[in-house]
Amino acid sequence: MKELICITCPKGCHLKVDEETFAVTGNSCPRGAVYGANELRNPVRVVTSTVVVDGPARRLPVKTDRPIPKSKIFEVMDEIAKVRVKAPVRVGDVLIPNAAGTDGNVVATKSLP
Amino acid sequence: MTKAELVIIGGGPAGLAAALSAWESGVRDILILERDHQAGGILNQCIHNGFGLHYFKEELTGPEYAGRFIEMLRDTDVRVRTDTMVLDLTADRVLHTVSPEHGYEAIQAGAIVLAMGCRERTRGAISIPGARCSGIFTAGAAQRFLNIEGYMVGKRVVILGSGDIGLIMARRMTLEGAKVLACVELMPYSGGLNRNIVQCLNDFDIPLYLSHTVTDVRGKDRLEQVTVSKVDENRRPIPGTEMVFDCDTLLLSVGLLPENELSRQAGVEIDPHTNGPVVWENCETSIPGVFACGNVLHVHDLVDYVTAESMRAGKAAAEFLQGGERTGEAVPLEPGSGVGYTVPQRFRRDAADKLQIFFRVRRIYRDAFIAVYDGERRIARFKREHMAPGEMENVAIPAMFLKNITGGPLSVRIEED
Amino acid sequence: MLYDVLVVGCGVVGAACAYSLSRYNLRVGILEASNDVANGTTKANSAIVHAGYDPLPGTKMAKLNVLGNAMMPELCKRLDVPFSACGSLVLSLSPEDDAELRKLYDQGVANGVPGQRLLSAEETLALEPNLNPEVRGALYAPSAGIVNPWELCYAMAETAVRNGAELFLQAPVTAIDRSENGFRLNTPKGVFETRFVLNCAGVAADRIAAMIGDESFRIRPTKGEYFLLDKSEGSRVGRVIFQCPTKAGKGVLVAPTVHGNLIVGPNAAPCAAEDTSNTPSGMAYVRTSALRSVPSVNFRENIRNFAGVRANSDHADFILGESTAAKGFFHLAGIRSPGLTAAPALGEEAVRWLRAAGLALTEKDDYQDGRRRIRFHELSDEEKNELIRQDPRYGRVICRCETVTEGEIVAALHTPIPPTTVNGVKRRVGAGMGRCQGGFCGPRVQEIIARELGMDPTDVLMDWPGTWVLCGETKGGASHDEG
Repeated sequence: MKELICITCPKGCHLKVDEETFAVTGNSCPRGAVYGANELRNPVRVVTSTVVVDGPARRLPVKTDRPIPKSKIFEVMDEIAKVRVKAPVRVGDVLIPNAAGTDGNVVATKSLP
Repeated sequence: MTKAELVIIGGGPAGLAAALSAWESGVRDILILERDHQAGGILNQCIHNGFGLHYFKEELTGPEYAGRFIEMLRDTDVRVRTDTMVLDLTADRVLHTVSPEHGYEAIQAGAIVLAMGCRERTRGAISIPGARCSGIFTAGAAQRFLNIEGYMVGKRVVILGSGDIGLIMARRMTLEGAKVLACVELMPYSGGLNRNIVQCLNDFDIPLYLSHTVTDVRGKDRLEQVTVSKVDENRRPIPGTEMVFDCDTLLLSVGLLPENELSRQAGVEIDPHTNGPVVWENCETSIPGVFACGNVLHVHDLVDYVTAESMRAGKAAAEFLQGGERTGEAVPLEPGSGVGYTVPQRFRRDAADKLQIFFRVRRIYRDAFIAVYDGERRIARFKREHMAPGEMENVAIPAMFLKNITGGPLSVRIEED
Repeated sequence: MLYDVLVVGCGVVGAACAYSLSRYNLRVGILEASNDVANGTTKANSAIVHAGYDPLPGTKMAKLNVLGNAMMPELCKRLDVPFSACGSLVLSLSPEDDAELRKLYDQGVANGVPGQRLLSAEETLALEPNLNPEVRGALYAPSAGIVNPWELCYAMAETAVRNGAELFLQAPVTAIDRSENGFRLNTPKGVFETRFVLNCAGVAADRIAAMIGDESFRIRPTKGEYFLLDKSEGSRVGRVIFQCPTKAGKGVLVAPTVHGNLIVGPNAAPCAAEDTSNTPSGMAYVRTSALRSVPSVNFRENIRNFAGVRANSDHADFILGESTAAKGFFHLAGIRSPGLTAAPALGEEAVRWLRAAGLALTEKDDYQDGRRRIRFHELSDEEKNELIRQDPRYGRVICRCETVTEGEIVAALHTPIPPTTVNGVKRRVGAGMGRCQGGFCGPRVQEIIARELGMDPTDVLMDWPGTWVLCGETKGGASHDEG
């Protein structure tokens, strides 16, 4: 049994999820059951960070444009650390396509002139 | 003296939304004064996601959220003057400003929106004992160094306070290569959102010590050790429970305070519960034509709610400019048992079609009721499955409920029966 | 290269000596162990200019206190140092205190303190309505005041340096040898030879004395802890409020500061020379004691705690004059309270010793006394505008709590003794001294220091050596391994 706190609403139900059957207990709504099972099957996260930029700022904020597998967070961070971009940049510009083979792209979250 | 119809002090999320809403309500001469070199306020350094779920119905990062408003304002004639500090504000709505470009300048405003935001409580505010070494930062200052300037403030980190900025920084510091040893919270519950506990602490196996605090700080030059102790129900450290962490950095996420020095100068009445202005239902302060919104009014949990409040303030400022001050019989509104404060603190009986009341509860409640009383008569009751001090609550009272009130005071209470 | 005089230590006493000596055609050197001047007791004390009724009549402390007090208003005006002759009250809260007040009054008369008066309870409360209503009376001394202690030190040291005195930072004296000319002082910055030495080394003064075999005194470092409250509490009292002194010292005071804050403290506890930590018991004691004088002090408005180490000694009086172990080696040691008040008089006293010891003193023809610095927030609207027209950096407010502009920070970084640290800038111009304690302006100050002094931002320290702020850049940028 894996213990989790549900984050789908502010109540924060304490879930127990069976690691083999993905059955969830402790949830007070169906959304909790879905969350609990997904967290064990394939937990995903949006990664946000910054990259080095040549331009009017020292760093450019970035994110993955979709949640990526939790296990790949640090691999994506390694790729982000290697990037150096040149202004101008538009919000949404893809800076690293298919980061660490996750299908997620690292994109700019701010425009710089 | 320079003149402007509407002057908004602060170009963060509150100021930007107030400007947009005033523009949409027909005000054409709007000036935003921003002290930083860019608009967007604290959102510029909040590079994490989780903003905008209510307002834009999608999940944005801080810079993206601010960027959307800046883009929308580009299509208007709203002027944003950056690098501009308001030094003084008077009750007759004169702003004394200074900037490299315009020098010292006095501006006569027709109406003013206060949107200066808040600041972090510091080590001094909670009198943490111990050495006066380097390595102790407020979480927001460390966030600016990390996210805007690109510098690491340390490698082994303890975080005091489980407010959202502290939790977010636990993840950011970890992702950038630091080791976060612990997050320590004085209260028996976290002050942050559950999603941040899970995604910022649990994801990286960072322990959260509830009912604990920092009782000593050691380090001749740079921080070397912090001592963490368990506290009793009166929040006093319990001798014998000390844990020592070897670390070079202590981040403080121990609360936010509305920045109302200008409001006080102008003589705006301040609510000791919120540390923000006392306002009417339309965000108007005790000085006619001066409005307040966002974290300068009361500290919010979500920027989406700042936006919603500021939209109302901008619209109200437009109404004031177009039709003068609202009138009507004043009814006071008070926090009752279980409630820390209310915003607004008073309202005009016939002023709106509904009365929206924002407040925070004093402790965690499950399956409790928000009750609104007229004197000792209950006029409305709302069920909530879950309420916590870390989350702003609100109820909307339809106008028909307000028709027959005796004149109050109206109070908001929490009932658990 | 032979110096006429080397001053060891550049706190307010060393700075006063260097300032007094800089009027004359002499080669003067100042050796400071830390990376800035005013970095010991001078930066962490009560900031009070005492009237002079506390020291026993006939002591050096009594004489120099009253002399220094009399010099202070004109000196501060000349050197542009914030000072206010706000006066002080010593409160009586018990019948025993009544007798103590009388004793202090008589001492004051003997010491030559001007204008002091014993007040009734009504007169006391009329002056200071926020005092404990059970106050029985007070000793009022109109010549007491408040000053910015570190700015007084900077002003005197800067003026000395501008007139030719040579300052060496991070130059702790590690050994002293006799030479045919006098003394050779060994430091990590080199060996300095001099005819005369003034030992102004504060808590290290006994260690310096021991280097020439002088074991005649011991410093007993004594820590005092403080609260500094927000400006919202700054007018809680208008004068320095003391309780009756005890054996431990002058007790806990409540006073306005020249910056507009309220200072509360200190306690007194023996400590190690470098221990500036705050303790729960010390802070609790200060808080409780202060509330006896001024019950309405709102400690929720606290913005900073700090602790200062006083260079108390095993002697009851200041330890002044030529060492019995070596001719030409003079002590200004054991400078406890009222050392800050006495400092200007101590500088003049040192000049007299050196003259008597045979040092020829001729005044410089081109001596430049005086000092001015721009405090933007004190200027009129027109002056602000004119200044910004000349230099737009005065239009950019960096510290919003204290209204300190980029222009003022840049100017401080180009003074004769430029600060190199965040707190060095804070003490020179006030950036970061306010209610947010540098939370907003700290990173920007760091950036300006790096830019103006050509440093890497990661090399800019918070304060004394070792107090690093940043450990490197993100994204594989340069990394510093100070930790």
